[in-house]
Formats: sequence, C-alpha cells, structure tokens
Amino acid sequence: MKKIITPLDLDTIKSLKAGQELLLNGTIYTARDQAHKRLVEAIKAGKSLPIELKNAVIYYCGPTQTPKNKVIGACGPTTSSRMDDFTPLLLSKGLKAMIGKGARSIEVRVAIKKHKGAYFVTYAGCGALLAKCVKKSKVVAYNDLGPEAILKLEVKDFPLIVAIDANGGSIYG
Amino acid sequence: MRKIEAAKITKAVMELVRKASFFLRSDVLSALRKSYMIEKNKRAKKILKAVLDNAAYAAKQKLAICQDTGLPIVFLEVGQDVAVHGDLKAAINKGIKEGYKKYYLRNSIISDPLHRGKPEFSPCIIHADIIKGNKIKLTLLPKGFGCENKSQLKMFKPTAGIEEIREFIIKTVKDAGPDACPPYVIGVGIGGTADYSGTMSKKALLRKISPKNSKLEKDLLKQINKTGIGPMGLGGINTALAVHIQAHPTHIAGLPVSVNISCHALRSASVTL
Repeated sequence: MKKIITPLDLDTIKSLKAGQELLLNGTIYTARDQAHKRLVEAIKAGKSLPIELKNAVIYYCGPTQTPKNKVIGACGPTTSSRMDDFTPLLLSKGLKAMIGKGARSIEVRVAIKKHKGAYFVTYAGCGALLAKCVKKSKVVAYNDLGPEAILKLEVKDFPLIVAIDANGGSIYG
Repeated sequence: MRKIEAAKITKAVMELVRKASFFLRSDVLSALRKSYMIEKNKRAKKILKAVLDNAAYAAKQKLAICQDTGLPIVFLEVGQDVAVHGDLKAAINKGIKEGYKKYYLRNSIISDPLHRGKPEFSPCIIHADIIKGNKIKLTLLPKGFGCENKSQLKMFKPTAGIEEIREFIIKTVKDAGPDACPPYVIGVGIGGTADYSGTMSKKALLRKISPKNSKLEKDLLKQINKTGIGPMGLGGINTALAVHIQAHPTHIAGLPVSVNISCHALRSASVTL
C-alpha cells in the first residue's frame, strides 16, 4: 500500500485518487467542533493562530483520556460534516488535508479542488485500533477544551482512504 | 422492606461503565461476525474486519472501544419493595463520574448546552421505572453522539399507514448515510407521546440482537440493507445489523414515531442488585 509522509507536497496531493487506500506517516493535528470555531474566529479577527495551518493535516478527533503507560487513548474519527462550515476558510489559509468520517458538503468539495487539498476517511468506530498508530501525542492549544483541545500527533502507518481528491473526485459520488 | 446502601449502587455503576466501555456486547459481536461472513464487497469486508479487530484489541488492552464513550444513559428499574439508604441519583452519578475517570474514558458532557464550557464526566440521564419486587436493575447505555445526532421524530396523522412509517424509517437511515458508523442498529418507538416514543426508540437498542424479530422488523432490515450504504458508507450489503421496534398505546389524534440510530459500537451493560 502507498505510504505518504507529511508535509504533503503538491505532487503527492495531485497524485491521489478518491477510493485509494494509503498509510500516513508524520505529523497531524487533532481539531474538532470548538477548536474549529476558535480557529475561524481568530482568523476573522486577524489574530495569530496557535498552530501553523500551512500544509497542515487536521484530524477530526477527540480522544479519551490517556491511560497510564499509553501514548493516547481511543482516538477514532468524529463526523466530518459538523466541520463543513469552517473548512473552506481553513483551506484558503493553507490547510492541506482533513481526516474524518462521513460525507462533506458541496462547498467543502469545491474548496478542496480549488486549493488542491484532500479529504481522507479512516476506520470509523475503531478508536482502540487506531491508537496503535499514534507514536507521540502532545497538547499544543486550547487545553481548556479538554478532549477538544488541539493535539499534535506523530503517526505511523495511519490507515486512510482518499474520500475527496484534489480534482474534486469523491468516494461518496 | 429490603434496604440497599447507596454506596453499593455507586460501585455497581462503576462496574457497568467498565464492562460497557471495554467489551462489546456479545450479541453485537455475533451480529458483526455474521455480517463479516456474508459481506461480498471487498472493502466492506476489510472494514468489518477492522471493527472486529478493534473490539478484540479494546478488550485486551482495556481501551475504550470508541473514543466517544457517549452520553451515559441509565435505565433504572426500582422494585417497589426496596429502600435505598442515601441519595440514589447522586449515587448513580458518582458511579458514572468515578468510573469514567478511573477507566480513562472521555469527558464529553457539557453542563450548559448553550454556552458550552469545559466538558465533564457527568451527569448521566436517568430513566426511572417502578417494578414489582425488592430488587434494583441498572442498565447503562453509553450513547455515542455521532449516531445520536441522526435521530428523528415524526408526528404522523392517526390515519397514516404502515407504508408511510416504513418510508420514514428508511429515510432516517438514508439521511444518516455514511456519517454515523454503519452497520447500524435501528431503534424505533411507535406510539405513546413525542418524548415517550423517543425513549422507546432508545430502549429498543437494549434488546438483544437475535433472529426473533417481527415481520415488519425483518422487512425493514432487508430494505435497509438494500440501500447499499454499507460499512462506513462505502458500499456493501451490511448497512444495519438489526431493526428493533417498541410500541405503546397512543392517542386517537396521533401516531408518534421516533427512530434512534446506534453505530456498530452499540454498548450496554446491566446488573440486578
């Protein structure tokens, strides 16, 4: 299976096709509802962001607490469509790819094509299994949000399916 | 009258939290194994394999099956001949809070739904019922919200036919589509009131998945599995594992129908004290 490594360069992004299975290696950031709201509010207010969005990969995930002697708790994807309203702006500011579960809005699909990004899905409801792929985890922003804080994760062979590619091709038709 | 100490209830609830969060229900596991066996679509089969592997890994590693350890819902059945020493509701919530903390589950509960704020481990929602006898039965259903968000209620006219209800149930599943972690278990509450049909649709998820189903349930399951949504919404013949319907007397002027969808990680555990 094809492996891709962050930061995802333009050639890699352009080579991806909806439906293709991949293994991701490198750095990703968790962010879900409240973190998205804060990021977008900060952008609109012209404030600086707590993470570098350029070429970033965001994972829609809020893990459980971290058990003793483990890197992370269960950490599967959450429903992506709840982030749809925030995604086009983040893509315009350099966000390269998102990982989640489920379908996206037309607006997100258009924005992915326009900014040459990608949307991936990963095994939904398999949070325990996916924890195996996380080698490092660190809170980098919004700690007060608890499980919705932004974490910087180092992942190894994290399984992905390309759901929307840079040409706007979608696995959901 | 039999007496039960509140502390005993707290302890029992903590144990339910552990059981429900780490170990997938045996009937759900069997249903998933069966769907894996019969699935023809290659990708769907691979996804179902991951779901089964996940359940095994979670049990072995004492990890939550899913990071969404749910909004804890407790169905409480209190025998009319039992007296609780102490604060029953507080004892249940203490068990939830302590259990979720102890087992490193997720604090997903927002105390103020409008202004949000930092998530906590509790409170849970308690549905209480009075039963005969001197025992207390506690059932915990940690309900994930990806699937809870796909719930629907419709107040039908009393003259509506079964066909319209069937269409509504199928539409609810199609609206959930790939988003709520299929293969689903579909809980349906028919009759009662708006709120009561909702509670029934959730209680229906507690029923053990088995071949003993009504004709309507079997027909609906077939129809849902023909939608082709499949595991993760990427195609296949396994969109749902079961359809469970609960019904209750209702009013001459109405016909409430609620549909509550569960993801494949349908977790619950019970204890009788």
